[in-house]
Amino acid sequence: MASRRQIAAMKQSLFDQDYLDEQFIQLEELQDDANPNFVEEIVTLYYRDSSRLVSNIEQALERNPLEFNRLDSLMHQFKGSSSSIGAKKVKAECTLFREYCRAGNAEGCKRSFQQLKREYATLRKKLEAYFQQARQAGPFEAARRSK
Amino acid sequence: MGMTADTQFHVLAVDDSLIDRMLIERLLKTSSFQVTAVDSGSKALKFLGLNEDEQRKADRVSVDSNSHQDLEVNLIITDYCMPGMTGYDLLRKIKESESLKNIPVVIMSSENVPSRINRCLEEGAQEFFLKPVQQSDVNKLKPHLMKSKVEEEEEEDQFNNNKRKDMEEETIHQIEPEQKYSS
Repeated sequence: MASRRQIAAMKQSLFDQDYLDEQFIQLEELQDDANPNFVEEIVTLYYRDSSRLVSNIEQALERNPLEFNRLDSLMHQFKGSSSSIGAKKVKAECTLFREYCRAGNAEGCKRSFQQLKREYATLRKKLEAYFQQARQAGPFEAARRSK
Repeated sequence: MGMTADTQFHVLAVDDSLIDRMLIERLLKTSSFQVTAVDSGSKALKFLGLNEDEQRKADRVSVDSNSHQDLEVNLIITDYCMPGMTGYDLLRKIKESESLKNIPVVIMSSENVPSRINRCLEEGAQEFFLKPVQQSDVNKLKPHLMKSKVEEEEEEDQFNNNKRKDMEEETIHQIEPEQKYSS
């Protein structure tokens, strides 16, 4: 089992490598004794809820020609949720994708989306690992504010 | 002034995003607000419409003016970008309604578009929050609610004072011409 210091280091590296931003800290500050797992709950919900968006975008990218307005609209929703949980890299890819949409750049959209899916999957693995360690260490770690 | 220490304000939150609903609900509850969260403008209006009926029923039936407190909405916070009815559409409908127009409305948006913000404020929105909404944003809500509460109570006091004056005048009128007035 990881020590508290190792868990803290795990979390810190997620910030250092830009996987997460300040919004994640805001989420942690919403945790308390009555809601000790809020962050894990909202992240879990994010992955469940956004998987639908991801497959809609995927399908939309297979059309010919691409419907850029629709893609932009779907990505706007995806970006919003990603931003709300502090998913920094994912959010950045969403922004890039939307720029390609507005420029009508189909190749750019497809490339960007592949990268986005990679970031999205990587973040999920890292957060799952982090939450698992934090849970094992006890509720104190999960609820503690990070500075 | 009649305001109890445990007066809880009821906020109606409107957002089509599940994640953002979860977030705003948590933020509001952390500030001790009672929260109802719905996923569309039309559902919000339906909720507010039902409230209207409940209030009318309560006013007819009971003397206690707090009997409908549970259902009363003290503030509406809504996302701007929603399919169907946007937050702006919802804001307008609320401001056009005689019974709802005094409820403060706050708009949230992920996009910082000055013309959008101005339009909402001009239409009567109290505040405009950029998403993701922060605790510091939510902390700005209480003053708007306190102000509405004070205005509401001053109106009620005025109403009750006028009612009493009318009753007193009626009583005097009854006593003078007819000496056989009995209480």
